[in-house]
Amino acid sequence: MFTFVLKRLAYTIILLAIVSLTIFFIFDLIPVDPARLVCSKQCTPSLVEANRQRLGLDVSVLEQWWRFIVGLFAGRTFGEEGIAITCAAPALGYSFSRHECVTTIVAEAFPFTLSLALGAFVLWLSVGISLGVLSARKKGKFADRAASVFVLVGTSLPTFITGILVVLFIVLRFNLVNPLELGNWHNPFTEPLGWLQTFFFPCATLALAYAATYTRFTRSNVIETSSEDFIRTARAKGLSEKVILRKHTLRAALAPITTIAGLDFAGLLGGAIITEGIFGLNGLGRLSIKAVTQTYDLPIIVATTLIASAFVLIMNLIVDIAYAYIDPRVRTT
Amino acid sequence: MSKFLEVTNLNVTFPTQDGEVRASNEVSYSVDLGETLAIVGESGSGKSVSNLAVMGLHNPTRTKITGSAVLNLANGPVDVISASAETVRRLRGKAMSMIFQDPMSALHPFFTIGDQIAEGWHLYNKGSKKDGIKKATEMLEIVGIPDASSRVHDYPHQFSGGMRQRAMIAMALVNNPSLLIADEPTTALDVTVQSQILKLLKDLQKEFNMAIILITHDLGVVAEVADRICVMYGGRIVENGTVDDIFYRPEHPYTLGLLNSVPRISDGQSHRLRAIPGQPPSLISLPSGCAFQPRCEYSSKVTSGACNSTVPSLSDKGSGHLSRCHLDVADLNNLVKDKA
Ligand SMILES: Nc1ncnc2c1ncn2[C@@H]1O[C@H](COP(=O)(O)OP(=O)(O)O)[C@@H](O)[C@H]1O
Ligand code: SF4
Ligand SMILES: [Mg+2]
Repeated sequence: MFTFVLKRLAYTIILLAIVSLTIFFIFDLIPVDPARLVCSKQCTPSLVEANRQRLGLDVSVLEQWWRFIVGLFAGRTFGEEGIAITCAAPALGYSFSRHECVTTIVAEAFPFTLSLALGAFVLWLSVGISLGVLSARKKGKFADRAASVFVLVGTSLPTFITGILVVLFIVLRFNLVNPLELGNWHNPFTEPLGWLQTFFFPCATLALAYAATYTRFTRSNVIETSSEDFIRTARAKGLSEKVILRKHTLRAALAPITTIAGLDFAGLLGGAIITEGIFGLNGLGRLSIKAVTQTYDLPIIVATTLIASAFVLIMNLIVDIAYAYIDPRVRTT
Repeated sequence: MSKFLEVTNLNVTFPTQDGEVRASNEVSYSVDLGETLAIVGESGSGKSVSNLAVMGLHNPTRTKITGSAVLNLANGPVDVISASAETVRRLRGKAMSMIFQDPMSALHPFFTIGDQIAEGWHLYNKGSKKDGIKKATEMLEIVGIPDASSRVHDYPHQFSGGMRQRAMIAMALVNNPSLLIADEPTTALDVTVQSQILKLLKDLQKEFNMAIILITHDLGVVAEVADRICVMYGGRIVENGTVDDIFYRPEHPYTLGLLNSVPRISDGQSHRLRAIPGQPPSLISLPSGCAFQPRCEYSSKVTSGACNSTVPSLSDKGSGHLSRCHLDVADLNNLVKDKA
């Protein structure tokens, strides 16, 4: 198990390096010149060159990438003598249009994204798994049919429609949340109610589609596992139906869910663009969209892209380890 | 004198979209403590279905069961067919146990062998987790797993096929059950391992004084281990007798066919395997006469034509040897002799 973890860890680090390098190359290929973009109206070629240097784009892509990696661990200084700005480690870059270290900007946005992703994750897992188990147990009965209606609605309603409906009706029509306070940050530990007010509806909106998919997935896995030979063995031993379901069936039926749940969660940690937009949450999703569409703020775009892919890779690692813990057959490979 | 298990007129049907599947049809058999009953028949003849009914392992909403299966326990008889689901559950593992054909899929892949054996023990015994593992180790030793104290922590995929079946046996016997139903326990195993497992079952039977029902489609494996043999065809028992009855005085054409398909060495040369031609009947629409008639080479000798019109009854032609055939035993023997 230990060597398994070590191997997976090394593998993840290598992948992180490759993916980040690839991202740097991709941005280099995009035919937009950030140095010209941040140049004022009276732009001269020498000003553009100066900008290029300030942005750190005057060196090769490999060099840019390497400086970024070093900055992550050692901090980094941007700009030339006199007006140099130092961003402490982990330095993700410097936004010249916002005059701030990217790490600071990201650190402000991340709590929104984390709250949204985590809240939605807990909601969709608990709703999806319990509804899925219920409908598998009551296959063909009323509860199963009701759950299948939920699945149909949840999977066919796009998040932006649900989100707009939720904002219109619950938030604005019934005044459950003051529209001016929509998207305000509240610390979940010191102001749990304020946090709930901001995040409950966005989380529920985001969770709906996922919960529906997870209901369907859980249902089919539980039904399939119930007909396995080892469940018959458990019954032959004299175990009660409750123990068989909780211990034998769920363990096997939910194992594959670990994988997709981890990856879905990782995807959201990179930013839930639509939901953040509708509910005015200044998370990573909104940050990236703004950086792309309003200012073409390359350092922010690169940082958010890297963060999103790092989340996926790291969650992949966690999922692999968790899966090996659950399924002993994986450990030996 | 009643035996430990007495199954009487057991019927198991599955309502399906194509019609009712009569997988077990007026089935009766019995087995006593210390005795081995073999149930033999082609695949699909209803052997598993009948015994799963005894274990109460059918899905009650999708199965119709009538008849009785009485366990004569020390504190009185219980009919598992009419008893409540909870009553039958409490008999499983303790009064009766079952092992299955494929020990890989029958073991949970995520739990250690030891945990899976101990789980059954904890159900009927008070003790710590450590006691459970100690008991599991003891059981693994009994079924002949070398280095049991370390193998007890292995997962099923770390065991070989034969060892898995030994582990299954250990799991089934952990609460010292009175009845063990072994459903094709050796079918998935190598020939050499097969005989080891059968010998193990026989040894354990002596040690624990169990009743064993050995289900198999291969008459070849039962000669040494069984006391009685029931031959099943199309959901019905067609012949029921002692091992000697079945091997030396068979009374049913289907049994004869089975015997002929067992490779045997006699007169110093091995006889070719002769499978019975034709297909087993559909259990949804059984023929109105004898279910074996379409494949029976002797049906034309029954001059009354009864083979096509009436289901023969399972009748005792003396000394507890039962057969379900319209043909007279003496006639059958003459016909067989003429052929030879
Ligand atoms: N749950 C079920 N639903 C419908 N048919 C079944 C079911 N279980 C078994 N059968 C059918 O019953 C017949 C007897 O099966 P089984 O007892 O498993 O045969 P075998 O003698 O090989 O053990 C087969 O034709 C099988 O297809
Ligand atoms: S009853 Fe007739 S068809 Fe059936 S086994 Fe006997 S002889 Fe053959
Ligand atoms: Mg079978």
